[in-house]
Amino acid sequence: MTIQFNDETFRDDYTFFNSPVAIARFPFPFDKDDYMYSVNMEPHETGPEGTPFDVRFDVDEHYVSEMRDRAITLDEDPLRCQSLPHMELAGWDLLELIMVSKAADYPDLFTLNRDGDRWHWINKPLGIEQRFTFGDPTTLPYGPMEYITRQAQGDFAVLDQREDNLWMDAGMVTSQADWSLDFDIGMNFFEWHAPVPKAHEMGVFQRALKFLMHVNQDTPARRLNWTMTVNPRLDTSPENYHKWGPEKRTITPENVGQKQYLRVELQTFWRLPRSNALAFPIRCYLINLEDLTSVPKWGRRLHRVLRDLPDELADYKGFAVNRPVIVEYLSKFDDGAPTSAGIYPDETDVALNKVPARV
Amino acid sequence: MTRVTFSPSILSRPVYAPLESHGAGPTIMLCDAEGAAAILDLAERDPAVMDYAHVIYIPSGSDYTVRMRALEARQYHEAPSYDAITARYRKALADATMGTRLYLAGTEGLIGKAAAEALAAGLPAQAIQAEHRGSIARRMQCVHCKGVTEDVTTDPFTCSHCGLTLFVRDHFSRRLGAFQGVCVDAETPGEVPERQEILP
Ligand code: HEM
Repeated sequence: MTIQFNDETFRDDYTFFNSPVAIARFPFPFDKDDYMYSVNMEPHETGPEGTPFDVRFDVDEHYVSEMRDRAITLDEDPLRCQSLPHMELAGWDLLELIMVSKAADYPDLFTLNRDGDRWHWINKPLGIEQRFTFGDPTTLPYGPMEYITRQAQGDFAVLDQREDNLWMDAGMVTSQADWSLDFDIGMNFFEWHAPVPKAHEMGVFQRALKFLMHVNQDTPARRLNWTMTVNPRLDTSPENYHKWGPEKRTITPENVGQKQYLRVELQTFWRLPRSNALAFPIRCYLINLEDLTSVPKWGRRLHRVLRDLPDELADYKGFAVNRPVIVEYLSKFDDGAPTSAGIYPDETDVALNKVPARV
Repeated sequence: MTRVTFSPSILSRPVYAPLESHGAGPTIMLCDAEGAAAILDLAERDPAVMDYAHVIYIPSGSDYTVRMRALEARQYHEAPSYDAITARYRKALADATMGTRLYLAGTEGLIGKAAAEALAAGLPAQAIQAEHRGSIARRMQCVHCKGVTEDVTTDPFTCSHCGLTLFVRDHFSRRLGAFQGVCVDAETPGEVPERQEILP
């Protein structure tokens, strides 16, 4: 089955939508009825067929429109894509990883032909054809990291590993949950995580860093993170907070089902072969409460998670002001019945077998 | 009081400790205002540290000039402002050899800017020490327009570039040598909390 790409927007008139297929395969992040930070990491490329978990870099119906949104953001603010001088090799590593993966996982959409360092890349959904010399930046219209991440959904941080730490020395960040690459670039793992409440005290970051430093080329890993966003907006950056901030206060009991989104980040971790850097793609998935509650298990569970979430986390994630309205809305979908373990819908909900397998 | 005890904060916020002598060896010492007292204390603990020192002092109203001159550093320079010494300071950093150490003392603004400049020039972080003295004013970067406002003493404050009213975060970038300022009335334009003096 080929993917039908949506023509939609993530700003202004917000025409973004999820098809029934996108809803059924949504990466719901809660495997139980409560939530607290933990070192929630597992091997990547493992997961039921058709879900975002069984491919290296998931491509879905939002691909083309997300790339258009990224281009708009970059035109307005080129500092969303930065790479410190020593990171160029890692940029080539990342370009290779993404091209090779996309061409193998979606052969009907992407083609990569390689003849030594003479490469030929075809991206059908975006209508791009490029011949270039691998390793020679003058043969591409942008630096290697920018070139490939203008063609890959999700944000990307590229981390240099040295002095027993990871350093955020490059990135493409246009769909972030309220953090600034321009401010954080050059920081180490503990510095850029400094604003997160509780997790430092719990030892989460110390253990997570140890895990990450040992990720190698054969063991890519992943974790899910989440927050709440009003309107299907990708660019919830601090840079533009004064522009999207007022929208946060437009939630009412009448519109909350349609305007309030659960924002899920599928974060993966990749060791890069030449540079020994770590690539950290942060893929963002959005679903509004109306669509989410069409899966009864998810409606029940999200109600319980958000109702019981510690205040510090609701504050940090920025939805404390809207929490009462959200929880009230969701309570109508919670009959108190027990929920099954794991993140997937129950057989009796929408079934994953409605998700078409990739070909 | 020139010494300040800061309240515990998040991990990106720098912590300052008294300067510690590494003995005779090439050093750059840059201080402003009350920061001079930290250099004087250092020299008292270990006079040998001055033998190869290049001292730059920006008095900004403080009066340690007589005592600073008396330290007889290898090179001593007094300057009216940080801007005025930028070129000299950059040259000193460019001329630094493998073991050169940098001692910074004074306001967080001076320490932040000067450390960022040194890191950009390639000085390793371990070669830099900083001791805070004097004013607790902060150097703030506006996350919206990217302009830096110096000597911020209230929260919220007005960005000196774009005019937005910003609140003062503890999140600090060593690369920029600045804290982050974020629009305080982004969600409710016009609803600005009362200005308070910032606390250590
Ligand atoms: C090396 C790759 C990683 C990068 C580049 C990264 C980056 C970030 C950034 C920029 C933030 C926002 C901080 C802010 O408020 O300014 C954040 C939040 C967070 N990160 Fe990471 N992170 C990485 C890996 C991890 C790992 C492995 C964990 C595992 C536990 C983790 C846990 C968290 C948590 C719990 C938060 C708070 C999120 C929330 O409540 O919404 N991060 N991360």
